Amino acid sequence: MALEGLTSQTIQIAGNNGDMIDAYVAQPLGDGPFPGMFVIHHMPGWDEWTREVVNKFALHGYLVVSPNLHHRMGPGALDDVMAAVRTSGGMDDAQVIGDMNGGIAYLRALSNHNGKVGCIGFCSGGRQAYMAAAKATGLDAAVDCWGGNVVMAADALNDKQPVAPIDMTSEIKVPLLGIFGNEDQAPTPEQVDQSEEALKAAGKDYEFHRYDGAGHGFFAAHRPSYRVEQTLDAYQKVFAFLGKRLS
Amino acid sequence: MCNYMLETAKITGSGKAPKGWIPLTEARVYFDHPFHTMADHTVNIDFVDENQGVDARVAVELTADSARALIEKLEAALKFGEEAKLV
Repeated sequence: MALEGLTSQTIQIAGNNGDMIDAYVAQPLGDGPFPGMFVIHHMPGWDEWTREVVNKFALHGYLVVSPNLHHRMGPGALDDVMAAVRTSGGMDDAQVIGDMNGGIAYLRALSNHNGKVGCIGFCSGGRQAYMAAAKATGLDAAVDCWGGNVVMAADALNDKQPVAPIDMTSEIKVPLLGIFGNEDQAPTPEQVDQSEEALKAAGKDYEFHRYDGAGHGFFAAHRPSYRVEQTLDAYQKVFAFLGKRLS
Repeated sequence: MCNYMLETAKITGSGKAPKGWIPLTEARVYFDHPFHTMADHTVNIDFVDENQGVDARVAVELTADSARALIEKLEAALKFGEEAKLV
């Protein structure tokens, strides 16, 4: 039963190309079987807040894995590593999908897994969730929380990020939930409109919720961007969506 | 933290990083969400030694008004140096 307790630890899992990368994992007390969730950390990195999100999903009855997608740029303090990621031009999309496939495979191999896996990502991780909905292997649902750069100008594309996620929309093969703040600048409401139009045009199973009075990263209780009412409502939407798709 | 914009300048100087004084070879400037400052966006400057690891870094996060005030004072300090024929 949910909320009774959890166990968690940091382990290493095989990511892209079999590289061993750190991952924070958690699971609820009880026998299961439980659905799996892959938590994609935000651009500031694999931080304490990310672990809080992992713990929340475990308390709600999910087996959870959250790899450090910046692992290869370390070791080092979280903010120093993030600065190095920025200088290197950001995360490599293909590597991220490889790391996600590794995390999904880890969840699927657990003996108390129910056979379903979802993902949720925040900020850059929201973009990666959108991308994973099209490209990852073994996913059943995806949640994009304020993913910026789903819509990208042609001159923003590069070797690491060669295709805008919006141009992967036709390949999306799992239900997608989007959570956005209407005061966000990345993505702007207009960019969210573009994503929604692309999903609609491609006939995809999606559900977007857009909140007034909220900007970017409004779940983060340790930042001034936090919006309590919008966060509580959005988490209800997230758990309802996942409950339907991953049970 | 949802952009990768970055302006860089080659610099010569020193800075005090967590591990002590280090030479500085590059300033990396960007406008994005801060790690620490209680503001949605800040001008962030990483003064780094490119020849060392990721921790050879002196990080600064400034609100937009603070950054503008700093530019003004940097110019004032340079003007003083120039007038005193120190530059």
